[in-house]
Amino acid sequence: MTTLTATAAPARTSSFGRLIALGRAETTLLLRNRTALYMALAMPAAMVLVVHSMLKQMATHKPDLDQHATLISAVAGMILMFVVYYNLTAAYVGRRIALVLKRMRTGEATDLEILGGTAVPSVILALVECVVLGVGGAVVLKLPAPVNPVLLVLGLVLGIALMVVLAAATSAFTKTVESAGISTLPIMLLAQLGSGMMIPLEILPHQLATFCRALPTTPAFQLVRIGWFGTDGSSAATDFLGTWAKALPHLGLAVLWIAVAVWAARRWFRWEPRG
Amino acid sequence: MKNSSSSEQQPAIEVRGLQRRYGPAGPAGFDAVRGIDLTVRRGELFALLGTNGAGKTSTMELIEGLAAPTGGTVQVLGHDPYRARALVRPRIGIMLQEGGFPSELTVAETGRTWSGLTSGARPVDEALDLVGLLDRRRVRVKQLSGGERRRLDLAMALLGRPEVLFLDEPSTGLDPEARAAVWRLVRELRAQGTTVLLTTHYLEEAQELADRLAIMHRGRVVTGGTVAQVIADRPSRITFELPERHGRHQDLSLPPLDAEVSAEGRRITLRTPRLQATLTELLGWAAHHQIELGGLDARSASLEEAFLAIAAEADNDNDTDTPALIGSAR
Repeated sequence: MTTLTATAAPARTSSFGRLIALGRAETTLLLRNRTALYMALAMPAAMVLVVHSMLKQMATHKPDLDQHATLISAVAGMILMFVVYYNLTAAYVGRRIALVLKRMRTGEATDLEILGGTAVPSVILALVECVVLGVGGAVVLKLPAPVNPVLLVLGLVLGIALMVVLAAATSAFTKTVESAGISTLPIMLLAQLGSGMMIPLEILPHQLATFCRALPTTPAFQLVRIGWFGTDGSSAATDFLGTWAKALPHLGLAVLWIAVAVWAARRWFRWEPRG
Repeated sequence: MKNSSSSEQQPAIEVRGLQRRYGPAGPAGFDAVRGIDLTVRRGELFALLGTNGAGKTSTMELIEGLAAPTGGTVQVLGHDPYRARALVRPRIGIMLQEGGFPSELTVAETGRTWSGLTSGARPVDEALDLVGLLDRRRVRVKQLSGGERRRLDLAMALLGRPEVLFLDEPSTGLDPEARAAVWRLVRELRAQGTTVLLTTHYLEEAQELADRLAIMHRGRVVTGGTVAQVIADRPSRITFELPERHGRHQDLSLPPLDAEVSAEGRRITLRTPRLQATLTELLGWAAHHQIELGGLDARSASLEEAFLAIAAEADNDNDTDTPALIGSAR
């Protein structure tokens, strides 16, 4: 028996193609959302000025504080917190309320692609801002070249991954887009006060500093700092090889916290509003 | 029923013993779907009817593969739609009860996004044209009327030329003209061989479109079959008003009829399995007594009557585990 019904297989979508489609739509939405865009662009810029003047004051009490290294890693952290964590939490909540997530799930995109696609503009914007900060900082502050660029990039990647997963988890506890400002507050405060963004960890008492280094958001920011300056501020700077040894505990902790956040997101994330 | 059978013979949708439970075990939980069987053949238009809360949408979500059933099995085009999502999704189109498109995107941007998520997508403008939205392509979703949003939803469901199309209340919120246009479109798709599973509140929609249907009530299919089969056992109805009982109408009483008689004041309703014979007898009696039957109305059983009767009967049969009607399901 021969079959005459053989039709050409239609062009299948690819995972990458779906991510691009979702990311493109999400980028359009971000560009049309003035509040979110303002938060994502103005906040990190304002933070550079705030942190810079704070560090200046602190340095009068502690002259050996490396102001430049602290500034760079603090502002990179701020960018990740505001542009990825806060912005994406609000985006997930908004898409959930508008039933966009539910609708997307009726199509071919997998759950991970939907969450990833929604994160595309936030992640790209954060990376662009980090590059601008890095290049601008290097030029203006006449910084040395990064000691271990691999570690620097790894820190950024792990930091972004953590922020995306934390945003997914936090969105589960957020009913409206407006209340994202409140639901993100605990982690925002913890990061700003305990992860070396507002207060450099090296000026804290030793035990408190050790505790702060174990907080969820600290390890990734510390990796960025070690990657560029060869130390997290707790000891003297080392070379390329030496930074790996210094970075190892931070790397382990970063991966551990991401795993915990993934567990929380899987446990609590909701695709549609409560009926 | 494995790979040996050709895909033509395999039903488009096969549901066996399907159950869906929300919440914990015990009285705190809720059984939305309580063990239903459905078979939708290829190229067939099947309507799932039911009262509000009957479990239509819960059932649809399981068949669409949006959630895993608590019990029972679902096969769509030969695959489990939940576990084998990647195999099934490219071949089906889904229109949910509520849109879910970002309100700040335009119609064209929505189409472009959805096109990027759909294998073998037809041109976006072609899909928009099918539902008459082409001239609204630059308008943001938030500025569309409710009916236009439903049509956008339908266009997106049609984008991938699906073999099986799921429509959850497709014409709710549409004006009569738009509804007629959607019906025309659904008929065309069916004529081209698309299998359609739709839920609806509008019984005339099912009567108009469906090859076969099932009526759900409280999580169960209480009856099913073609429209003719479903209404076959239902009585026809004759209603009229008798004149006031005075003068020569003093001793008025109806002749013996093959009908169930109920009266509400002077208004009489007869339910009969033999419409023509009963009506002939009634008219003969009226002529003989020179009685004017006010507001005389005689009609064959309709889906609507069958539906209302079934819902009422099933309600009377409240808490037993096997409703009497399930025996008559075809």
